[in-house]
Amino acid sequence: MSEDHHHPSPTSEPERRARVLEELLIERGLVDPSFVDAIVDAYGRDIGPMNGAAVVARAWVDPEYKDRLLDDGTSAIAELGFGGPEGDYMVVVENSAAVHNVVVCTLCSCYPWPVLGLPPTWYKSAPYRSRMVREPRRLLAEMGCPLDDDVEIRVWDSSADARYLVLPERPKGTESLAEGELAGLVTRDAMIGVQRL
Amino acid sequence: MDGVHDLGGLVGFGPVEVEPDEPVFHEEWEGRTFAVAGSLLLSGNLHGMRHAIERMDGVHYLTSSYYEHWLTGVATLLVESGVIEEEDLRTRAGSFPLARAIADEPVPPELRHPPSPSPQFRRGDRVRVRNLHPFGHTRCPDYVRDRVGVVARVDPAAPVPELSTHHRDDRPECIYGVRFEPLELWGERDNGVVVHVDLYERYLEPAA
Repeated sequence: MSEDHHHPSPTSEPERRARVLEELLIERGLVDPSFVDAIVDAYGRDIGPMNGAAVVARAWVDPEYKDRLLDDGTSAIAELGFGGPEGDYMVVVENSAAVHNVVVCTLCSCYPWPVLGLPPTWYKSAPYRSRMVREPRRLLAEMGCPLDDDVEIRVWDSSADARYLVLPERPKGTESLAEGELAGLVTRDAMIGVQRL
Repeated sequence: MDGVHDLGGLVGFGPVEVEPDEPVFHEEWEGRTFAVAGSLLLSGNLHGMRHAIERMDGVHYLTSSYYEHWLTGVATLLVESGVIEEEDLRTRAGSFPLARAIADEPVPPELRHPPSPSPQFRRGDRVRVRNLHPFGHTRCPDYVRDRVGVVARVDPAAPVPELSTHHRDDRPECIYGVRFEPLELWGERDNGVVVHVDLYERYLEPAA
């Protein structure tokens, strides 16, 4: 790592171990460094929440697409070219004025990679994973997403094969915006369900 | 296994801390570890990888980052399968903590039957989660065990975590999205909240 990075020591313990492991695997011909570079680049640049935002924006402008998305998320998401590991079986859940959906993985950190990329640290943290199933209304409020008592909260614990994407409500006053502009309004947090747009 | 990874409903971890504009990887090694593990394992041995992470020492698990979990998990699997030597890791890295060994009897007898891909339950059925506590890998969270819920969704069949990890049996079994009420889970009414958990058929039995 570069010296100006916030990490306090030049080489941390896990960093040293990671280098050793990769080195051993390269020596044995089990890992191709250029393939590793390609995966790092893909998840660092191309696979991220902009994919999910494109899906959401399409659903906002195209009611038939939205029906397909809610009926068979995997296929509808594949129509826009997104799929792959941790996205083989996608379930899309729709927010409304009366219903709010939020996604968690209490056992590890399952997350829909093809549409959201890799999860943020807070999603993988013990506080989030422990509390979202126990006190979702309080936790959502703490995270800046207060909901009226009459809004139903549906928590989705991704404990098996399904990976969830929240379809947020289209914000009011956006009727004149084009699909691409709408996608720019869609955030990662809204698609996890810890934010309302 | 009833490990510290099974966090649903625990109390005592404090607020969720959000880092604004967080990068995908904070350190270069995190991305490389993710990619190394992904290229070696993800396609073939996802359940085994999860279980290797679950088998980490409990204190190490709770005090290390997500990508250190991956690093420890993938190194453990590579040592256990004889691809690399623990000695080599230790000699070169100084120390290299690995996960603990797989339990002697990881799958309880009640969970060993062969998978069946045709669903036994239907949408709307009331089901009780069997009160089983495997020492090996499972994807049945503790907080739903012995609790009654309603089948909300019947999902495509997939390999059973217990059998895939410990018996190398990847035959598929039906999965259900099951809806639970807070009163059933926590003994408290929380009006307007429902929790959905996705459960393999063998975790469930009919409820009255």
